[in-house]
Amino acid sequence: MTSDAKQPAVVEATGARRAFSPQGVKIWGIFGLLVAICLFTAISNHRFLRFGNIENLVHRTALIGILSVGAAFVIITGGIDLSIGSLVCLVGVLLPYLLVEHSWPVPLALVAVLGLSVAIGIAHGLLITKMRLQPFVVTLCGLLLYRGIARGLTGDQSQGFGVGFKSLRAIATSKLPIFGSQPGVFHLPATALILIVIAVVAAIFLNKTIYGRYLLALGNNPEAAKYSGINVDRTTIMAYVVCSTLAGIGGMLYVLDVNAAQPSDFGNFYELYAIAAAVLGGCSLRGGEGSITGVVIGAAVMVVLKNTINLVFPQYENMEFAIIGGVILIGVIVDELARRFVTARREAARQNKTNPPG
Amino acid sequence: MTNDSSPPLLEVRGISKQFSGVQALDNVSLTLSRGEVLAVVGENGAGKSTLMRIVAGVTQPTSGSIIVDGTPAEFPSVAQALKQGIALIHQELNLADNLSVAANIFLGREPLRFGTIDQRRIDQESQTFIDMVGLDVPPQTIVGTLPIGKQQLVEIAKALSTNARILIMDEPTSSLSERETQKLFDVVRGLRSRGVSVLYISHRLHEIEELADRVVVLRDGKYSGELPRDDIQRANIVRLMVGRDVSRFYQRTPHEPGDIIATANDLRTTKFPHRTVSFELRAGEIVGLAGLVGAGRSELLTTLFGVTPAVNGTLAVGTLHRPPRTVREAVAAGIMLAPEDRRRAGLFLPMSVKRNLSLASLRRDQRHGFLNHAAENRVSAEMVALMRIKTATDRQVVRYLSGGNQQKVVLGKWLCLEPKLLLLDEPTRGIDVGSKEEIYKLMDQLAARGVAILFASSELEEIIGLSDRVLVMHEGRITGELDRAAITEESVMQLATGGADRRERIGA
Repeated sequence: MTSDAKQPAVVEATGARRAFSPQGVKIWGIFGLLVAICLFTAISNHRFLRFGNIENLVHRTALIGILSVGAAFVIITGGIDLSIGSLVCLVGVLLPYLLVEHSWPVPLALVAVLGLSVAIGIAHGLLITKMRLQPFVVTLCGLLLYRGIARGLTGDQSQGFGVGFKSLRAIATSKLPIFGSQPGVFHLPATALILIVIAVVAAIFLNKTIYGRYLLALGNNPEAAKYSGINVDRTTIMAYVVCSTLAGIGGMLYVLDVNAAQPSDFGNFYELYAIAAAVLGGCSLRGGEGSITGVVIGAAVMVVLKNTINLVFPQYENMEFAIIGGVILIGVIVDELARRFVTARREAARQNKTNPPG
Repeated sequence: MTNDSSPPLLEVRGISKQFSGVQALDNVSLTLSRGEVLAVVGENGAGKSTLMRIVAGVTQPTSGSIIVDGTPAEFPSVAQALKQGIALIHQELNLADNLSVAANIFLGREPLRFGTIDQRRIDQESQTFIDMVGLDVPPQTIVGTLPIGKQQLVEIAKALSTNARILIMDEPTSSLSERETQKLFDVVRGLRSRGVSVLYISHRLHEIEELADRVVVLRDGKYSGELPRDDIQRANIVRLMVGRDVSRFYQRTPHEPGDIIATANDLRTTKFPHRTVSFELRAGEIVGLAGLVGAGRSELLTTLFGVTPAVNGTLAVGTLHRPPRTVREAVAAGIMLAPEDRRRAGLFLPMSVKRNLSLASLRRDQRHGFLNHAAENRVSAEMVALMRIKTATDRQVVRYLSGGNQQKVVLGKWLCLEPKLLLLDEPTRGIDVGSKEEIYKLMDQLAARGVAILFASSELEEIIGLSDRVLVMHEGRITGELDRAAITEESVMQLATGGADRRERIGA
């Protein structure tokens, strides 16, 4: 139509405009939600703002955040990974198992569990692309497989480091004295540093490299991606490898942090936390959309929400899942309504421009 | 024929229809008399199908009214239209393949006996309608086993069984052979003599010359004019359709074809693994690929492009000496395709014009894997200017562009990589007349610069108007090759329907 040029631009944002793009609005929205929950909790219980609590929240956010960034990669392709929690368990059990029971040298054990994570990601990717199996089914089988293997391998016995491996465990447990080393000031958990490195690399990959662009494009329309000469299979496999690798890193950090892993419940439901954080952070399960910043904030919302229940509503602690589920549901409903409202207004503006009244 | 004092059977008065700001129909009126075959013609996007869908109650008009037998009627649903005797025969047939002919005819209106379906009565009563459309199969035949032409007759029988007085036929012959088409025409003539009126939509102008009592032409959603029986001639229709002289519409600058740049030998596609395809293409040549729906044109193009790798055979284009196994291989050799269904396979609708245009050239312009924003901006700006893409900014999301501009985005994505062999599958489907002309001009310019163009089109006008040479396909193989002088609607259709069985070269 010749009137295209007159239509209000429905544009994709770049630079300064990004904050006001649909994606930017989503990130500000989830950030607002985080601030609101924090304010509410801080007012309701003064213990929320204690440095110890905040350090703990940052630490937990970092661990969930690492898993969530991985989940986001898979979700951007339009897929899903349900095996994250079980892989956290398998790696979390294997690491002390190899080090303590079998006395493997530390570097070898680390390479082995990381290599296993990468291999699992490749296997998921190959089954989904070359065998054309559905991501849901493949990773559901993974969920059952990896936990089953972890339990069988160890005879369902808890695996731990005991009192050894202090320096290795420091990767997950140490706190960095960024504001000085005296007690009573905020120390940055080392895990936060790890998340920051991972998130920055992921964000650069997604927004600044051609492969990140391919990933967004194929999540958006895999058929058109294929017709544009993008290696859809390889890019998809890459996303599953990133997801499983980050799940493996997460599993290592979790077990180093808590010292022992019980195969029957270690990492239970973590895939759902990761997926929820990614969705809260602006990833669409339809694919083609997502921002790393949003996902990390989404992870923080999950963690703070749990803390809120502990501090403010301890009597409802057993309803934790219901409360988290309810808040996420309300969040996505508000997001959907806002999106419809914006679309309707845009549509109305278009109509008015094309057909001036009178 | 019609009595002036009695009102027409159907009158459509001042119908307009808008889709999200796009004016699909603008104040269109027409009348239909009893026992009349009225052809409605126009280019893709002219609004024919929208008008028919409104008359059949599938969609509602933004304004205007429909009058049946002199009384205003409203069709909020297909059921309401059916009650008034208006039935739409869809382009894609709406039959249950797994049920019998009789069961399809009475689908949803099955006569019951003791609460169960009265099979005997269905078979008996459906026979009447089966006879009416000259269908020579028993009522118990499973529809899925019938050829497409006979399925169409079942659809018509089904419409007649609802006492339809007005049949709307939307491109009924698009997948029929010549013989099946003639059979359908006989049925339509029979219906006409019984007083049934037919609204007939078709691209095939010779069919309209043969069948129609009157022609109404739509152009860009507006009423463009009409022709009585005696004036129904191709030239007249086309003039009303495009609003100008056809020879000027399809402008070609004459030029000598250059060296052979693509040679295909005994190529087999996965869709037709038992048929081989061989041809040569020269630089600067525009070659039309004609054939009926399902003849294997799209499969040939996607095979040349590496989307569905060839079963075997050879292909030589530039540095490539075998059929491409991936799209990337094809693109590296300079083979590029604008696919038939551009919304599904050509575009990223929620992404910007810039990101769509630059996607294919990101790899060429990369800096060690990183995006080269300067190059991306330059590619985008150049292509917006070259293709004359009408958009306020290249950050506009392509979903909101018109069909013509969307197609230009698909083409622009490849042109910045300078193709040697450009494959176009239905390049002007669903595009307004203005954009069409621009795309034709562009094809001509590219050919003049030495690009070989192989384009598939279901519009014979386009094939005839643009091609230096035509390859005609039928059931997976090339049944003939026509030089410019020999390209006529008749010669193409004959080869497309398998009329001439062995491959032959007709013409100079």
